[in-house]
Amino acid sequence: MDILLNSGSTLVIIAAVVGFFMAWGIGANDVANAMGTSVGSKALTIKQAIIIAMVFEFAGAYLAGGEVTSTIRKGIIDASYFIDTPELLVFGMISALFAAATWLLIASALGWPVSTTHSIVGAIVGFAAMGVSTDAVIWSKVGGIVGSWIITPLISGVIAFIIFNSAQKLIFDTDKPLQQAKRWVPLYMFLAGFVLALVTIKKGLKHLDLHIGTADGFIYAALTAALVAFVGKIFISRLQFDETAELKTHYANVEKVFAVLMIVTACCMAFAHGSNDVANAIGPLAAVVSIVDNGGEISAKSAIAWWILPLGGFGIVAGLALFGHKVIATIGQGITHLTPSRGFAAELAAACTVVIASGAGLPISTTQTLVGAVLGVGMARGIAAINLTVVRNIVVSWVITLPVGAGLSIIFFWMMKGMFM
Amino acid sequence: MARNSILGVFAKSPIKPLEKHIRLVVKCSNQLIPFFEACSENDWSTAAKVRRKLSKLEQDADTLKRQLRLELPGGLFMPVDRADLLELLTQQDKIANKAKDIAGRVLGRKLEIPEILRTEFNTYLARCIDATEKAADAINELDGLLETGFRGREVELVEKMINQLDEIEDDTDSLQISLRKNLLAIENDLNPIDAMFLYQIIDWVGDLADLAERVGARLEILLARK
Repeated sequence: MDILLNSGSTLVIIAAVVGFFMAWGIGANDVANAMGTSVGSKALTIKQAIIIAMVFEFAGAYLAGGEVTSTIRKGIIDASYFIDTPELLVFGMISALFAAATWLLIASALGWPVSTTHSIVGAIVGFAAMGVSTDAVIWSKVGGIVGSWIITPLISGVIAFIIFNSAQKLIFDTDKPLQQAKRWVPLYMFLAGFVLALVTIKKGLKHLDLHIGTADGFIYAALTAALVAFVGKIFISRLQFDETAELKTHYANVEKVFAVLMIVTACCMAFAHGSNDVANAIGPLAAVVSIVDNGGEISAKSAIAWWILPLGGFGIVAGLALFGHKVIATIGQGITHLTPSRGFAAELAAACTVVIASGAGLPISTTQTLVGAVLGVGMARGIAAINLTVVRNIVVSWVITLPVGAGLSIIFFWMMKGMFM
Repeated sequence: MARNSILGVFAKSPIKPLEKHIRLVVKCSNQLIPFFEACSENDWSTAAKVRRKLSKLEQDADTLKRQLRLELPGGLFMPVDRADLLELLTQQDKIANKAKDIAGRVLGRKLEIPEILRTEFNTYLARCIDATEKAADAINELDGLLETGFRGREVELVEKMINQLDEIEDDTDSLQISLRKNLLAIENDLNPIDAMFLYQIIDWVGDLADLAERVGARLEILLARK
């Protein structure tokens, strides 16, 4: 207990630095996955993608990142095991951060597609189960989280399949695809804006002390969505079309309309990613801060300190600003056949799934959800070729990351215990 | 870094190379028109030059074919069946091979089309090449088909094109019959071996249209599956 009073601020600073580093890593590396499809289908330039990512990652992290952060902070571990030894929880959370950050670094260097979510969850479970007691882990919650990793890619795949097929029915398989696109694309924008706004209003704004009723929430969300759709419509009406192209056979004009839509879904994707993945960096930090601030008392009620969410947001933005450019540029090449009409379906489905998961406090993997969505579009025969080997690698990375994250965090945990006690 | 990201999931599309391949093939078979023009003018050096060009195009098509095959490993998830796609590619390639065979055989024997048959033969050749061009048009709709998820109006459009291709092929059949009949009428005046080879060349030119029709048929199968 004394250790928390004597070196509490040191521990908070360590946690904050590692947390920031982790957020930075998420920004530098993971964001490429969220923005890659938009850049790949040439709906956005790299510069535009970076600017959108900066604004919306931060907004997502700050406005809708609270629920997942709470889950990481106190949803996985049964705090009653640490009442007498809160310092162990502090060490554990810092070790988990170290472990996840180290693994992220190694994997990035080797080019493995790992999920930061999986590494942090594995790390927290690891130190609690091995370092303290297997009973210290709330296994039912962990089971739910792991289950969500299987279910969310499925859900987003199904949503993507439905969205893509609806676009085919409403727009592509018609006499005048261009007119139909102009008419229906704003509706998809509305849908995207509505889901995002609703989740933000209902779940995200809690820590800002805004209390909005259910009915009001729906109205505000609808108004926001209508605004998004309206602005989108203006942009679409200002597009220049190549009138000489034969409408029946050439879909280039239609894709231009979808490219506008894809700017909206790219914003959604960045927002969704920020809202879910920021917790991987700052969830453990929030736990450390709350214990130290309360002088060792583990309070389940206390809110997240005000500065933590913005810290995570800034970390992501800093990572993006420094390295995002390079990473997105590398992945932007080599894409040959991804048109905005497919990209939007995958992005919209993934963003909706991730944002809803964020609202429900489930830490899920954005990349895997997006892969699920891409497969959904593939099932609808929308993508020329999907590399199943890469898909398999991504799936394998789930399985490997958990034990590695756990093992690393146990090692760091014992090291910290040895250093401070 | 690419492996680390979602974009690694998107493999290279086989559709653009497939379209490029058939364009090469058609360009190759199109060379037969200047080739036979040179032959009928007894200008064998020009004919040899055209044949070299034709042969070069055939080699390019071959290279593209091999490259495309290598880029289509088993672990791809595509909207169309991989085996169907490869079969389609093989069929496309056969057109170029046939065109090369025709030019090679004619040049090797310095085979002349008898004056009296020349106009009819040129019409026949042009019609057979029409068929390959129609097949290329249908193949070039593949990216449109991808846009529409291989369904709906776009499929109907392609089926219409395949029907037109069949009609052209029927046309070439009747042209071939009349050409053979006219050849039969004069064959006694010809060197017997030349006559034999003339029959063979007529056959082979007809094969161009047959092969084009088969490309259409493979495309239809590709669309019908799944």
